Amino acid sequence: MINLWIYVGLFFTFYELYLTFVLQKQPHMSADISLRKGLSIPLKGQAKKVLETSKTSDNFTLYPDDFHGIVPKMLVKEGEKIALGQPVFFSKANPEMQFVSPISGTLSKIVRGAKRRILEIQLKSDGKDKAVKHKIPALDKLSDVDVKSHLLASGCWPFIKQRPYDVIANPDSTPKGIFISGFNTAPLAADVAFLLEQQQEDFQNGINVLATLAPKVHLSISADDTSFLSSVSGVEILRVKGIHPAGNVGVQIHHIDPVNAGETAWVVNPEDVASIGRLFTTGVFDPQRTVAVAGPVVTKPSYYKTRIGAAIAPLLDDAGVSDSGQVRIINGDALSGATTHADGSVGFYNNTLTVLAEGNHFRMFGWLPFAGNKIFSMSRTSLSWLLPKRTYALDTNMNGEERALVVTGEMEQVLPMDIFPMQLLKECMVQNIEKMEGLGIYEVAPEDFALVDYASTSKIEAQAIIRDALDLMIKEVG
Amino acid sequence: MKLRESIDAIKKPFGKGQKLERFAPAVNAFDTFLFVPNHTTHKGAHIRDGVDLKRTMVTVIIALLPAFIYGVYNTGYQYFIQSGIAFTFWDALLHGALKIMPMVAVSYGVGLAIEFAFAVYRGHEVNEGYLVTGLLIPMIMPVDIPLWMVGLSVAFAVLIAKEAFGGTGMNILNPALTARAFAFFAYPTYMSGNKVWVSEASNVDGISGETVLGSLAAGNDVSYSMFDMFMGAIPGSIAETSTLWVLVGAAILILTGVGSWRIMVGGVLGAAVTAFLFNLWGANALMSFDWMNHLIVGGFAFGIVFMATDPVSAAQTTKGKWIYGILVGLFCMLIRVFNPAYPEGVMLAILLMNVFAPTIDHCVVEGNIKRRKKRLNATLTPAS
Repeated sequence: MINLWIYVGLFFTFYELYLTFVLQKQPHMSADISLRKGLSIPLKGQAKKVLETSKTSDNFTLYPDDFHGIVPKMLVKEGEKIALGQPVFFSKANPEMQFVSPISGTLSKIVRGAKRRILEIQLKSDGKDKAVKHKIPALDKLSDVDVKSHLLASGCWPFIKQRPYDVIANPDSTPKGIFISGFNTAPLAADVAFLLEQQQEDFQNGINVLATLAPKVHLSISADDTSFLSSVSGVEILRVKGIHPAGNVGVQIHHIDPVNAGETAWVVNPEDVASIGRLFTTGVFDPQRTVAVAGPVVTKPSYYKTRIGAAIAPLLDDAGVSDSGQVRIINGDALSGATTHADGSVGFYNNTLTVLAEGNHFRMFGWLPFAGNKIFSMSRTSLSWLLPKRTYALDTNMNGEERALVVTGEMEQVLPMDIFPMQLLKECMVQNIEKMEGLGIYEVAPEDFALVDYASTSKIEAQAIIRDALDLMIKEVG
Repeated sequence: MKLRESIDAIKKPFGKGQKLERFAPAVNAFDTFLFVPNHTTHKGAHIRDGVDLKRTMVTVIIALLPAFIYGVYNTGYQYFIQSGIAFTFWDALLHGALKIMPMVAVSYGVGLAIEFAFAVYRGHEVNEGYLVTGLLIPMIMPVDIPLWMVGLSVAFAVLIAKEAFGGTGMNILNPALTARAFAFFAYPTYMSGNKVWVSEASNVDGISGETVLGSLAAGNDVSYSMFDMFMGAIPGSIAETSTLWVLVGAAILILTGVGSWRIMVGGVLGAAVTAFLFNLWGANALMSFDWMNHLIVGGFAFGIVFMATDPVSAAQTTKGKWIYGILVGLFCMLIRVFNPAYPEGVMLAILLMNVFAPTIDHCVVEGNIKRRKKRLNATLTPAS
């Protein structure tokens, strides 16, 4: 009897050794990618797939901080009239990169912070949507130079971001490919197929336009996708199976065609592809944005059609916030979105608006193992893993304090890339550029490390460390 | 919340800009023991996992308790059975507790005092790592070791093995094993031979507390059955003897995911294969000691489950953990069999591999860097 158990144990041990040492070095053999690592956080308050309409406000706001690393130079003064699609500011480092108005009306106020840094540009809509018209080039005879200048002039260029560094794409670079993730895996993030339901043609047009800019356009879709996305033409379609962060475009690039030193890959959000498509059929910058309003404290989580920069308040009024206490409103998902407030506006890149309860409360003996099982945990020191179907009303409490890095293996568990996350983070902290390059800094974006933030026992701020490291690389390597 | 308010009142003079700000870490350590703080996320992910270092460390302590309680009982059991006095279960437990609880108190007292002092000196919060180390140290000492020696070993381990390297998370060697190694080499007469493993052995004539491995090394026969060795009713360091209760702890560590099962399985595999090969060779008594018995005797099980899996001093990469575990098992058997001066090899095997763990990780990580370089070179010179 003992012998039998020994043989069974030996079998599993050698199988695991085989997986660890032999199989891991093999490249992906099939076109379809299957990712085992990651973490699906069952946050409560998933938006229902219904498109609601809400009252609109005249107030719109642009946040230069949405565009990381861009120093804005204003083109319009306070009180001046402005048309939809008219440039409001441009990038100091790259003047052809323009950022345009989502409405017609007046620029009511420029809010500045320390050292006169521009924090907000407040606009007042006149409701007329008088737009700047661009000439409509023939879709079948586009050259890459035309497309580039058209995108830059119209204000659509900022839709295109790049790896490395996770910033707006450098128009002078030549990408090895353009990557679009056709599915979201972040907690409560908007459903891509639903976002594009009414914009299928625009999406296809957008793809055709982008195809002129790069040798290949890649569209990753979920393995079980049955939507129109699987029949889009002019792209390399790849089915990806896995939990968050499998939907992150950076993770997909890593498995499709990883970015080496000196290379660039461009990425575009799905709804922005449709906006680019519309620019080439209507000749007008289209600020349309579909936003999933979701979260544990939202009464009626659902989708809203609104536009970039629109005030959040009417959306929240309509969806309803059930918590009477302090809430955190997030432009984006709960893992890597940006904090905003009730008077804030829809961000430039967001399809998700998450509302959480603030967690500024004490929990007596909350650190005891198997206590506080209402907080979802990757670690099995909580009983939450026994309840796979439960959803969780998580709040913003840190659930502990920052400590020295002790526990190993948990970061690896949530990063489905051939990258050593702990070693990379440590080299980032000591700013060792050569080691950072060697360990894959060009392949990562802060959002890929969002789950490290979540799962870390020592409560380290991995996204912030990666962002700082990327900024250092921009400065030192360019 | 009355209690909360009074704590906030007590903490007032330790607040930012206040007189006693410097000592805030010491007060916070007690406060955060009662309450998980009300801190909210400011950057990065807005939601965070419920786990923290306190919860992780307390889980390890829970895993240690079965072996600890059995160790307390066995201390009394060995004393009464060898001196021929009739006893009950509670007599044995009480005898053990009177011996061991002062050691635990000294270990926590000295260790935490140093930890608090360094937290205040360095201006960071007190890390919870010592909660585990402080319990481990008495568990791996011989029962009759004088208390001052426990205190001295603890001080050496915390100061030299941990704080000198930068504190929690930075140490190369496992602090608990360093404490044992310090006592072992500084006071060999208290740490080896056949007079230290059973309570009062040096005072009462009838008691001869030789360990199984000690007898084997001396060329004597073993008078214990395999069942005794598995259950743990044999002389040895306080809590190392019972493989059964160590396995219960291992199950807790593996089920909660706190301890690395790769290191444990690797260690058992390395030791089993090595011992099996020695069985075939069979040049001396320890070599021909059955390989299955090798796994359940002495401190091997305890060491591989609770000491080798210390995440800070072990290898940190997945592949590294396998290699590290297998080598710990291998070296443990090598030292047991080939070095008659050290009948038990697990302490030195783990300390040795602690030293080499960064090198193992370096090789694994370097492999990743090389793959990336190769990929880059492939794009620079396209195959024609």
